[in-house]
Amino acid sequence: MTTDKNSNSNEGEHLTATMSVKVGLAQMLKGGVIMDVTTAEEAKVAEEAGAVSVMALERVPADIRAQGGVARMSSIDMIREIQDAVTIPVMAKARIGHFVEAQILDAMGIDYIDESEVLTPADDQNHIEKTSFRAPFVCGCRNLGEALRRIAEGASMIRTKGEAGTGDIVEAVRHMRELWGGIRMISNMTEEELPSAAKNLQAPLGLVREVKKLQRLPVVNFSAGGVATPADAALMMQLGADGVFVGSGIFKSDDPERTAAAIVKAVTHYQDPVSLVEASEGLGEPMRGVATANFSEDQQLSVRGN
Amino acid sequence: MVEAHSNDLLIGVLALQGDFKEHINMLVDSGADAIEVRTYNELESVDGLIIPGGESTTIARLLIAYDLMDLLRFKINLSFPVWGTCAGAILLADSAPDLDRPTIGGIPMTIKRNAFGTQVDSFETDLQFLDLEGGDYHAVFIRAPLITDIAADVEVAACLSNGEIVAVINKNLMATCFHPEITEDTRLHRKFIELVTNYKIKKSSKV
Repeated sequence: MTTDKNSNSNEGEHLTATMSVKVGLAQMLKGGVIMDVTTAEEAKVAEEAGAVSVMALERVPADIRAQGGVARMSSIDMIREIQDAVTIPVMAKARIGHFVEAQILDAMGIDYIDESEVLTPADDQNHIEKTSFRAPFVCGCRNLGEALRRIAEGASMIRTKGEAGTGDIVEAVRHMRELWGGIRMISNMTEEELPSAAKNLQAPLGLVREVKKLQRLPVVNFSAGGVATPADAALMMQLGADGVFVGSGIFKSDDPERTAAAIVKAVTHYQDPVSLVEASEGLGEPMRGVATANFSEDQQLSVRGN
Repeated sequence: MVEAHSNDLLIGVLALQGDFKEHINMLVDSGADAIEVRTYNELESVDGLIIPGGESTTIARLLIAYDLMDLLRFKINLSFPVWGTCAGAILLADSAPDLDRPTIGGIPMTIKRNAFGTQVDSFETDLQFLDLEGGDYHAVFIRAPLITDIAADVEVAACLSNGEIVAVINKNLMATCFHPEITEDTRLHRKFIELVTNYKIKKSSKV
């Protein structure tokens, strides 16, 4: 992948990095699976299986959970290796509020920046002001208010957070239902009820009005955090996700190549149970996972950032 | 101009991956009936097909994995109308040297993927589109390809101001490097519906 600008293109009359371009970028990922990868080899496996994008990470969330320590932006060298290995878009994570990590990723020509709760937050009050960057941002949310706050800061793609690195789908389901519940509530309101709703959601009124008009988020919304099987992926699609992030679920499974292709198939054919049978058979063991029900607050990554 | 009759025309949008829902909405807004196409039978049932924007690598792989590639090539040979936008345009090119798998093909042209750099170099601009009434077309280019070479009988439909080709028409096939589906301008969708209508009339007059 080249970061060179095309010197032939007439830059003068072209509008770059507009919001509609950034939102449009994320539109092209719809119906797709974005896979966490830690090496160039894994990135190639993901691309070959039909991933629409890869997330370059030093450790998958399950390992971050197990090993502890401070989780930061991945090494530049590793991100470059992955950029060179594949032709699909490459995403990388910056810590919440760490706008310099984001500046570095932007300067590297990364395709998307994920301001992610999976990394150790750098700022416990503020998120990155995202509108000034050329790269589009994806951010996590647990409900409509959080999604709209991130969009107001300039996020052009949202993912429900779930609980990364667990292989337990319950939080992903909770967040997706909360988000759509919020959207349905707004959609049914009268115009004069919206200002009060915006206040309760702690979200800008303009965006609340847009949600009512569109009856959905104004940007693409993927599901993340807990998808381990083709059935999990199809569940999130049927609950209203535009696509799915799979972190530890692929490269912590018995057979990453088959699991990756199976999850891609489940996302494309999410409404067809016969295809889901085909996607699910002969896969071997999924990631073992850890149930989130008894998590203490400091084990929950999803409470980071709000 | 031939009017589209919604009750006798069914247009499919390839829904393996990408922004197929936007195309469906544009077709419906233009008065056509539209369905998502993921299976062999669905592909058999439609009068024309749009291949949406998305990841060309992904869509090319899934076309083979889900057994649609051969049928699609077969139909294209029989003048089945197909319009490819961005990733879809790449897949309709006979030659895409930097795609690491075979395209569907159909248009004798060479296309270069991500021709403008990474997606931070995506942009919007106004274009003049061949035989399109109503003035310039506002085009959104996202990780866009560029048509670098065409056979003599392929019609150029739009260029950038520096002359680089970003849209072509080749009989039953249309390819645009940009994304009409994420704008609110349905003129190109209407143009494609017209193409499908003409094809259907021609096909039924042969029987």
